[in-house]
Amino acid sequence: MRVLIALLALLALTGARDPQLVPSVSQDEIAVRQGFTGTELLLFGAILPPEQGAPPEPYDVVVVLKGPTSSVVVREKQQVAGIWMNVDAAEFRSVPSFYAVASSREIAAVVDARTAAIYELGLPYLQLSPIGAIDPEQQARIAAGLVERRRGEGHYQQVEGGVQVKGGVLYEARFELPSSVETGTYTAETFVISRGRVLVSEIARVEVRKVGFEKRVADYAENEEVWYGLFAVFLSIFMGWAAGRLFALV
Amino acid sequence: MDVYLPIANLSVNGLLIVALGTITGMLSGLFGVGGGFLTTPLLIFYGVPPTVSAASAASQVTGASVSGVFAHHRRGGVDYRMGGIMVVGGAIGTGIGAVLFEWLRALGQIDTIITFLYVVLLGSMGTLMARDGWRAVTAGRGGTKPKAARRRHHPLVASLPWRMRFYKSGLYISPLAPLLLGLVVGIITMLMGVGGGFILVPAMLYLLGMGAGVVVGTSLFQILFVTMVTTFMHAITTQAVDIVLAALLLVGSVSGAQIGASLAQKSKPEVLRLVLAVVVLAIAVRMVLQLFYSPDEVYTVAPL
Repeated sequence: MRVLIALLALLALTGARDPQLVPSVSQDEIAVRQGFTGTELLLFGAILPPEQGAPPEPYDVVVVLKGPTSSVVVREKQQVAGIWMNVDAAEFRSVPSFYAVASSREIAAVVDARTAAIYELGLPYLQLSPIGAIDPEQQARIAAGLVERRRGEGHYQQVEGGVQVKGGVLYEARFELPSSVETGTYTAETFVISRGRVLVSEIARVEVRKVGFEKRVADYAENEEVWYGLFAVFLSIFMGWAAGRLFALV
Repeated sequence: MDVYLPIANLSVNGLLIVALGTITGMLSGLFGVGGGFLTTPLLIFYGVPPTVSAASAASQVTGASVSGVFAHHRRGGVDYRMGGIMVVGGAIGTGIGAVLFEWLRALGQIDTIITFLYVVLLGSMGTLMARDGWRAVTAGRGGTKPKAARRRHHPLVASLPWRMRFYKSGLYISPLAPLLLGLVVGIITMLMGVGGGFILVPAMLYLLGMGAGVVVGTSLFQILFVTMVTTFMHAITTQAVDIVLAALLLVGSVSGAQIGASLAQKSKPEVLRLVLAVVVLAIAVRMVLQLFYSPDEVYTVAPL
């Protein structure tokens, strides 16, 4: 009983000392339909300071937007007798299809490497969960190659200084989602950090889904593959035939 | 004009895709090649996933070939007997190709093999056509007649048993020759995601010794059926046929094929052959650079 009271008291105390976080996103659903060329997502919110006075120094804010993860194999080309071919490969169990991080200051100045690794703050600290026992050096090299490749496609982003904090209370960050984003549930996690310690974090969810014609096509291709295939063949024959007839008239 | 492709999962410039379709369609009408050897690498270069590129290019080639087969049928340029035998070989070849594809993909070497095949096939066919085309053009300019063909067809073709007559092609050869040719082209279609016309046309000219008037139409006839099978196979196995991408490519290529077919009747065949040789060699050179100098991507990501 005494232990419980002590615990509750501790909880109440820390609750009072830590700020409260109210996060939000500009859209909680992104509809991928005809003409979709990517979109901008605004992650914003308010940090409510604890009752006992103002914070000793302004909070640091880090925002991470993460897409659905999947297992992948990454292959690395090397020159063998002059020919570039796949030589080494590494498998990873949890590779996010999208990962964007923004921070109010340089990440290295906000948290130490250990904390960054725990909360996956920053591209170098992504937990890709490698599978199998291969040379760690090779694994790290291939993982870096994967991150660089996704970065080039705009699927991985790191914007240090990308979070604006206004009056120590309101924050906002913007991310560009390219048109090639995968559909699924995205999580937008906000971390409020002070003196290298994560005080509080909150998650908001964003649903990216195909709607209308695009959804029907994707569903049809997946579930009715025989009819879809026949339709594709029919369409190509019909269009070829129609063009033939049309040009014969000319 | 931005168009979102629901299977490839990205947005592309629709007009650019239609233009690409038109160019390959014209090649198809002019030379009887499907144009897949141009569409597939260019789509990949544009950022469309390789499997989706190959699968959707196959349906585009179907459309362009229908259009071309109609055009050539009207002027009697299709040997249906020869084409039918090659289609049978092609169907068997597609099956063998599908097995090979899976095996190479499991080894992780499929992209190197595809690039290598492009280099070897496009390089040798391009050189052969360029040499021949150049000779014909220079001979024509000099006012002297080009030398008569040394032989009708390759001695190996002549040695095959069970000869039969192909009236349209003006040949008396064994049906095994077109059957084997169709089989090889079928394997290549499945592996490389191309129609195989760029191999078929020179092989029909130089190996079988078919008359130039029926080569293009007959080649298109074979490509039409093989790509139909390929599109359907992709739809039920890889599910990578993007109907929106295919439709955009088709709009361009079916009209391009008609333009190409009418151009083919107006221009000199030897000049045409030289132009095709240059296009083929250009692609081969790009693939050589990719293979020996620097690949597009050092790291490739595939789902596990």
